[in-house]
Amino acid sequence: MTTLYAVPPVAEADTPRPAPRTPRRIRRFTAEDRFAAIGSFLGSLALVYIGYLHILYFSGVLGFLVCWYVTFMVLYGVVVSVSNPRPIVVERLVTSTLYLASAVVVLALGSTVLYTFAKGWRALVHLNFFTRDMAGVSPTAPLTQGGIFHAIVGTVIEVGIAVAVSVPLGIGTAVYMTEVRGRASKLVRTIVESMTALPEILAGLFVYVVLVIGFGLSKTGLAVSAAMAVTMIPIIARAGEVALRVVPGGLREASSALGATHWKTVSRVVLPSAAAGLVTATILAIARGIGETAIPLICSGASSFTNYDPVNEPMNSLPLMAYTEYSTHEPLAIVRAFGASSVLLTMVLILFVVARLLVRDRGARR
Amino acid sequence: MTATVDLLPPATPPSEPRQPRRLSSGLQPSDRIFHGGVTSIGMVVLALTGAIGLFLGYQSIPTLHHYGLRFFTQTQWLPQLDKIGIAAVLVGTVEVALVAMVVAFPLALMFALFITDYAPKRMKSWLISTVDLMAAVPSIIYGLWGFFLLQPHAINLARWLSQYFGWFPLFHVDTDPNAAVWQQSRYTSSAFIAGLAVSMMAIPLACAIMRGVFDQAPLGEREAAMALGGTRFGVARTVVLPFAKGGVIGGTMLALGRALGETAAVLIIISPAYAIKPRVLEAGTQTTSALIAGNFGNATKSQLSALLTAGFVLFLITLAVNSVAAVFIRRSRSGTGTEI
Repeated sequence: MTTLYAVPPVAEADTPRPAPRTPRRIRRFTAEDRFAAIGSFLGSLALVYIGYLHILYFSGVLGFLVCWYVTFMVLYGVVVSVSNPRPIVVERLVTSTLYLASAVVVLALGSTVLYTFAKGWRALVHLNFFTRDMAGVSPTAPLTQGGIFHAIVGTVIEVGIAVAVSVPLGIGTAVYMTEVRGRASKLVRTIVESMTALPEILAGLFVYVVLVIGFGLSKTGLAVSAAMAVTMIPIIARAGEVALRVVPGGLREASSALGATHWKTVSRVVLPSAAAGLVTATILAIARGIGETAIPLICSGASSFTNYDPVNEPMNSLPLMAYTEYSTHEPLAIVRAFGASSVLLTMVLILFVVARLLVRDRGARR
Repeated sequence: MTATVDLLPPATPPSEPRQPRRLSSGLQPSDRIFHGGVTSIGMVVLALTGAIGLFLGYQSIPTLHHYGLRFFTQTQWLPQLDKIGIAAVLVGTVEVALVAMVVAFPLALMFALFITDYAPKRMKSWLISTVDLMAAVPSIIYGLWGFFLLQPHAINLARWLSQYFGWFPLFHVDTDPNAAVWQQSRYTSSAFIAGLAVSMMAIPLACAIMRGVFDQAPLGEREAAMALGGTRFGVARTVVLPFAKGGVIGGTMLALGRALGETAAVLIIISPAYAIKPRVLEAGTQTTSALIAGNFGNATKSQLSALLTAGFVLFLITLAVNSVAAVFIRRSRSGTGTEI
């Protein structure tokens, strides 16, 4: 925080003690500013309430809010301009607009999360929702029957295989691009970067055409994992490259100067320094992979029974289950769709918190 | 510390010619294994990703050979009549993505500026987490949210727009917006509502990049602007935004690339319609990803090739958008500031 010191009053002969120098806090809102904001807020609300609902007989929440905002801006602008120059008026209006925009974004995210849990709650309170699968359960069956166990199992297995494949390949590629800098590293970087533009559905369709149509394999969880890995490798490689690039070159040089081999430098200095970034890159990729809907839709297809075997028989997953239950348009199936989405969202939230804690932990230790 | 140099006595010539010590520049065996391993990983990834691009390009040859340029002008997708084209689908894809960006760009820009310049310090890390979390929420959830929570409200906005701006072809809807009992189903499942849901995925992507670039605006110039009596908006307008112009454009285009390829949310919201129409508020549109998801199941081999071609065209578009974005982002930030 920057603080400015008020100029001490010039000491006069009969005042031996000058006033103590206290830092003046800048950018503080005066009472007038506060009254202007609150007054305009309430005044515009009252104006719009009367004008919108009682004089013009309009209806609709959205229109009300928009009119309120416009009225507020006009009123606030006028009130502030009474005692402030133009730049301050602009500043105040921009500030309130930025607050509003941020509130819209936060509200949109909050409503997404809360709405998903609220709609799925009726399914989530039944224990069988977590322990049973949908084998032999019709979409119209009550919520006390069936569950999403098969989808949870499928998601965990599919994402697990995809992570096991894509993390070593992705981080290895990142190391190749930044540390080894082989002859083809520029080409690798170009191709990997362009592959981050690959839409998920195209990765799914590619695997479907090659493995299922081309090699005649059946639609399985393994195909889903393969397509997921195709989308995850470029994400990990690119985000990992950024994480490795910001490791200060001085550290590498210091390590080499101490006589460490390149392998020791990379494994003991570079990778640990970049660990937080690499973990974040991985979790970013997992969060992306876990929510893929199009890939399981194409590569595996929905199934209603629990399947632990990724190479035989289709395997359901949480996003796919949410989609298929939704597309039946049965009210109870839609509740199940939201239940599956809630579990999926919980998984993402847990991953997210773990990533945050890991990053914070590493930051604190250093 | 000053280095001391021993001067040889000039009189005595060197007894023997001084030989430089031989330095071994070769790699240690462990390093050779390390380099070989990492290089082979890089090559595997290169081969894998390159193969996808080549495969997609190769697969689209028979389709383009069979349909020729009609593939790009035909609006219908009727494989049983051998009428296949992506004109309508491409227009729909772009429409959904543009609606998403029209919503996402101002929100992302303002949110990013709020985080870096306006938010109280304590809130900052929470807001950054909000953006990251928003990026991590699966698209199917945004789709369900858009369909069940957003759509009932958004159709009112759509009707209002078509009521007052219906003369503008973009906002026209083929129904009477002033009817006492208005046809709600004409306003649902439109490109507009799908775009709103997709914007939820575009906002965090654009916002994260813009925030990163805003944060890197030179502190000295910020303080100079403040010392000259600038308000926070003045600092943002004269220092932060001009500095971050490249990042803003790049982040927006990256988000556009994501919005173009979005599947699940679009699939849930839209109802398929194969026609080139500018009326984004009206029910029915189709995007490339939704086309693939809806038609791959009972497709024959040649139809799969056509779907792959449609996907390949989409990939080329997103690739172009992303490449332009990368140029802008690279120009605005580099890792040079981190050297010790």
